[in-house]
Amino acid sequence: MIIDLQRFLDAGRPHWSELETMLTKLETDAGYTLQFDQLRRFYALYQRVSADLARVQTFASEPEICRYLESLTGRAYAEIHETRDRGTRFRLWAWFSQDFPRSFRKHIRAFQLSLLITLVGTAFGAIAVGVDPDAKAAILPEQFSHLAGDPAKRVHDEETRKTDRFNHVKATFASSLMQNNIRVSILTLATGMTFGLGTIVLLFYNGVILGAVAYDYIRAHQTAFLLGWIMPHGVIEIPSILIAGQAGLLIGKTLIGGKERSTLKSRLRAIGPDLLNLIGGASLMLVWAGMVESFFSQVHEPVMPYAAKIAFGFAELTLLCWFLNRRIPREVPAP
Amino acid sequence: MNELRIKTPEGVLFSFPLASPIVRFLAWTVDAAVMGALSSITGTCLGLLGVISYDFARAITIIAYFAISIGYGIATEWYWRGQTVGKRLLRLRVVDEQGLRLNFSQIVIRNLLRAVDLLPGFYLFGGVTCLVSSRAQRLGDIAASTVVIRVPSIAEPDLDQLAGGKFNSLRQYPHLEARLRQRISPLEARVLLNALLRRDDFEAAARVNLFAELAGHCRSLVHFPAEATETIADEQYVRNVVDILFRKQQAQR
Repeated sequence: MIIDLQRFLDAGRPHWSELETMLTKLETDAGYTLQFDQLRRFYALYQRVSADLARVQTFASEPEICRYLESLTGRAYAEIHETRDRGTRFRLWAWFSQDFPRSFRKHIRAFQLSLLITLVGTAFGAIAVGVDPDAKAAILPEQFSHLAGDPAKRVHDEETRKTDRFNHVKATFASSLMQNNIRVSILTLATGMTFGLGTIVLLFYNGVILGAVAYDYIRAHQTAFLLGWIMPHGVIEIPSILIAGQAGLLIGKTLIGGKERSTLKSRLRAIGPDLLNLIGGASLMLVWAGMVESFFSQVHEPVMPYAAKIAFGFAELTLLCWFLNRRIPREVPAP
Repeated sequence: MNELRIKTPEGVLFSFPLASPIVRFLAWTVDAAVMGALSSITGTCLGLLGVISYDFARAITIIAYFAISIGYGIATEWYWRGQTVGKRLLRLRVVDEQGLRLNFSQIVIRNLLRAVDLLPGFYLFGGVTCLVSSRAQRLGDIAASTVVIRVPSIAEPDLDQLAGGKFNSLRQYPHLEARLRQRISPLEARVLLNALLRRDDFEAAARVNLFAELAGHCRSLVHFPAEATETIADEQYVRNVVDILFRKQQAQR
């Protein structure tokens, strides 16, 4: 049987156009919501278009009109069956101060694992340099080549330097640090798609570098310099990388599934907002760390006492711990 | 499978054609060129800040380059609901795998996870995953539960091509009309309709041959009297048949 296409088009077109207008409004205006009567009309139109689609698919085999109705049905279906929050106006501070810590705490075990992997890497790096001092050159990547020399000599050079070597390039240095560290964080997150293996390797390697450098300075009796140099930015930068690792491990855990009974698709869908919160929060923290590293961490004694820099680092760390673990009002579900 | 098929709870099935990895690669090439142009323009404009402070100008330029490389895909896909410049040009769109509304977190995740798709170089991970995946998804798409579909131009059929309202000699024989409707299948009807709708796309010689073949087939199904058919060309014969098939109410008016 073949339907009368002209009559079918004439009868259906007003409804299709009305639905298309409503859909365009809904899709383009994030703040637009339908009133109860409009909602009923919208649903009625969706049903009408669905029925038209079923009819044209069954009887006419007409590809153009079929595609048009499929497109309308698909768009309306997305609006009607979507149960996740519709994007409300984004408020940066509310997101950073509430959503980010909430996601952090929700997946705290992944963060603990991220920390553990980094600590194991740190121990490995320290032991490797302790056993074989030449291992330092092999461990440190090209970008850290300035740390390959004798720590005591570097401290002497820094403390006797008459001019600031970062003078006139501080802002450039800060922005380079920010973008480099954020890239590393994104990579740490993204490699979670290798069932978490890539994330583990990156976290471990970061730990190895940290351990190798720290042991080298401690062995050379330059602990005060090391803490004064690393702590002001490191207490923010290192947790940021750990949080990115937390997100990567979360992806790995979701892919593996374990005892979860839901499907992979629904598990991945569920962690999406938390991944966004974690990587977004870590990136903002790295912006701060980049500025501190460029403008503050590179200033050494006698200009700035190490005690003051270490105290600053402790203050930041305390604040960060409080920020991430403080009591947050419970999330109110959207009506 | 080259379609994303979704069945609604109401039992209606609809589908989206999936984009092939090659077309996606072309779209990405366009986007890479756009990003390059944007970076170049931004670099030139921000270079003017060097008059105030060279350090500040360099810092802002580095941040701008970074923001473009990371934010271009996110911003355009969010603003254009799943499309970048390249995807718009090649008529592609990112959609939710279940046909639901595309969320901001999905857009961010699929764009950030490009970092792993690019490994170890030249989109190797992403490309291989895309070829292997039944829905042509790269790793970022799998994590974000998204697919890239083709968005062909959607237009209602132009029924004026059927010359409705004009005299149709075949309609003089209602019993043969009814027999024709009974004997012709929906698939054959679709072929006839599309041949007419796309007549201008054919070269003249090919068009004559095509309509001769189609008219011959229609004649083999039902034999109309010679006085109804001998004065009309093959294309007009097909036009009359389609008119009968798709405008059957007209005869009853």
